[in-house]
Amino acid sequence: MTERAKRAATKGAGAGLLSELPADSLAYAVGSLISVEHLSVADVAGILASTARLERMDAAERARVLPGRTIALLFYESSTRTRTSFELAAKSLGATTTLVSDKSSSIEKGESLKDTGLTLRALGAEAIVLRHPSSGAASLLARVTGLPVLNAGDGMHQHPSQALLDLRTILLRLGKDASAVDAKTLDGVTVAIVGDILHSRVARSNAMLLPRLGARVVLCGPPELLPESALGIGDGVEIERDFDRTLRRADVVMMLRIQKERLAGFDLDLAEFIARYQLSLERLKTVAAKTVVMHPGPIIRGLEIAGEVADGAQSAIEEQVSQGLAIRRALLVRALGGKA
Amino acid sequence: MSDLLIKNGRVVDPASGTDGPRDVLLRDGRVAAVELPGALAGVAGSLPKENQIDAAGCVVAPGLIDIHVHLREPGQTHKETIRTGTAAAAAGGFTTVVAMPNTTPVNDSVKGLRWMMDAARGPVVKLLAMPAATFGSLGCEITDFHELVKAGAVGFTDDGKPVLEDEVMRAALVAAAGLGVPVSQHAEDTRLTAGCSANAGRVAFRLGLRGMPVEAEARIVERDLRLLREIERVERARPHLHVQHVSTARALHAIREARKHGLHVTCEATPHHFTLTDRAIGDYDTNAKMNPPLRDEADRRAVVEGLLDGTVDCIATDHAPHASWEKEVEFERAANGITGLETALGLALRVLHREHGMPLARVIGLMSARPAEVIRLKERGTLRVGSHADVVVFDPAAEWSFAVSESRSKSRNTPFDGAAMLGRVRATICEARVVYRAAVK
Repeated sequence: MTERAKRAATKGAGAGLLSELPADSLAYAVGSLISVEHLSVADVAGILASTARLERMDAAERARVLPGRTIALLFYESSTRTRTSFELAAKSLGATTTLVSDKSSSIEKGESLKDTGLTLRALGAEAIVLRHPSSGAASLLARVTGLPVLNAGDGMHQHPSQALLDLRTILLRLGKDASAVDAKTLDGVTVAIVGDILHSRVARSNAMLLPRLGARVVLCGPPELLPESALGIGDGVEIERDFDRTLRRADVVMMLRIQKERLAGFDLDLAEFIARYQLSLERLKTVAAKTVVMHPGPIIRGLEIAGEVADGAQSAIEEQVSQGLAIRRALLVRALGGKA
Repeated sequence: MSDLLIKNGRVVDPASGTDGPRDVLLRDGRVAAVELPGALAGVAGSLPKENQIDAAGCVVAPGLIDIHVHLREPGQTHKETIRTGTAAAAAGGFTTVVAMPNTTPVNDSVKGLRWMMDAARGPVVKLLAMPAATFGSLGCEITDFHELVKAGAVGFTDDGKPVLEDEVMRAALVAAAGLGVPVSQHAEDTRLTAGCSANAGRVAFRLGLRGMPVEAEARIVERDLRLLREIERVERARPHLHVQHVSTARALHAIREARKHGLHVTCEATPHHFTLTDRAIGDYDTNAKMNPPLRDEADRRAVVEGLLDGTVDCIATDHAPHASWEKEVEFERAANGITGLETALGLALRVLHREHGMPLARVIGLMSARPAEVIRLKERGTLRVGSHADVVVFDPAAEWSFAVSESRSKSRNTPFDGAAMLGRVRATICEARVVYRAAVK
């Protein structure tokens, strides 16, 4: 049992109920990033400031930030953006990376996540970047290895580096200072997150992070993909079923991919979904002519988003990808205690 | 077998309505006398000291009965054995436990039942069993209820899984009715819970876990109650449905209504469902993962309410040991269940007695006389003269913290390590044998 759970059990014992404890009592190595819930506003500000500093460095200087440090990339799911950007970020800082994927390792032979983590640690990994299909996997890995773990997406739970890169993209697009944020930076800004909220770790991470900087988050989608329990995400989040009404209010709209692989057993009419929730050019022009369009990718053109919208002037999709590299540098430096 | 005298205690025996200072004499495996203090002085004078238990300051109650435990033998002895599981039972004050059939192989035959009940397994307390309701617990064809009852079965269940098909459940209820035993149902509509690992609600959403809706439990309970009505009307039989580990307000409502209409339905609640909510999952603590899952606060309160108003017939632990490596995995992949035998009394007294004002005698009744009634167990669950000499002696005022490191179970999967308990077992006696004795404090 973890120290935290133990304290929770003891603490809750009197009340007949367990209560959640603040994130600072979590038994993770310093520099881990498992969930945006564990970040204070000051932590977020620090990461953004570090991102900006690293960005200003020239390549040679940057390559001396984490010289010879060893980072393992442990990927149980396919990934283009996240994996490549973590890898390029690490290399640009002078670190050594090794990629372990479920398809070409002892994971295929049935090795547990715990044992895989312990193996990587024994081989000298100083931090692990984990992508995993199961919610909570990153927290498990951080507990059992004691290493700093960067959650690169765990099941439907969290994708914290994505939320941070989305935040930086939003700040830059809205003309705000992207290196200094506080709890009021996004006051008056409404961010809509649209589509398959239920299965989306990106939605959860953004909906937990952005309100803490002052933003209003509006979740939009059909009940099958956006149950009322989504309000469990926390304060500053609301549900709106009508897409046009949502768009009219939104300064930023994040479209989410319909994840066909997670929809087994769902009775979802794709044609109807497209009619009601696709971000079409028509819709954009009519009700959201100034809204910043975002998407964590991969996009499915013609499904949740029209190709013209993805390629249009309001789209920040490619910028998000570039910000991914910048943010992940800062997260790696934070994980390994490097100077930047 | 020598005599045993338990003196200076407060006897609380709900079945006989006794609550007061009494000395208890156990002889030949039976309760021989329950008398006012001093009345057995002659016996005391002739008994050696080691045959006397001083229960001053303690409650002397019928040995506790748990009608829902997983002892994992045969086939899963890395988790528990009949010996270790019943040792944990003894430490928790239990003198009778009912083993569930989801062993390897499934306990679905007379041969399997006899093997399990064989003295060679080394049970520390009285061991009973509910064999599988269907072969292999596959839900297709009911087992030989008649022969199994003759061999000692006290009920039938596919626990861990529901009997899902209407016709199969109907056949099981009809067959059991003729034999006077309950069909014990794990009420979960598995068509609604595939891939789910927590209660459907805000906690599960925040954690990104697929949620089991409360309807999954209620729908099976409601279906089973409909079958009871039909069988009473059509077959002129009176089947007994027992609903295991009830966890939702909705299922409790259905049971309460059915009871009003005279149907023979009983149900049990677990200490974890009346103590914890899904918030206990915290940061993916797999020791808070079980099936049915921990529910939200409204459902937890409904379970407490059901215990207070009598809708819930008894407390059962659903003691479900698992090895650490089966729990130290991704939450969704982790085995369901927690150990419970050693924390049940301490939680029941803390939550129901202290926090909700349930009289001590009722708490004891929910863990002795009432479960005995559910499985029609005679001469246990009471301290009436002539009954089996099953006794628990506990200090009702002792406040302590459970330490899993001291558990008798082979497994360590509990969310209650370090949790506050009220009431501590000092001695457990099964058929006049002392099967547990707390270290002298």
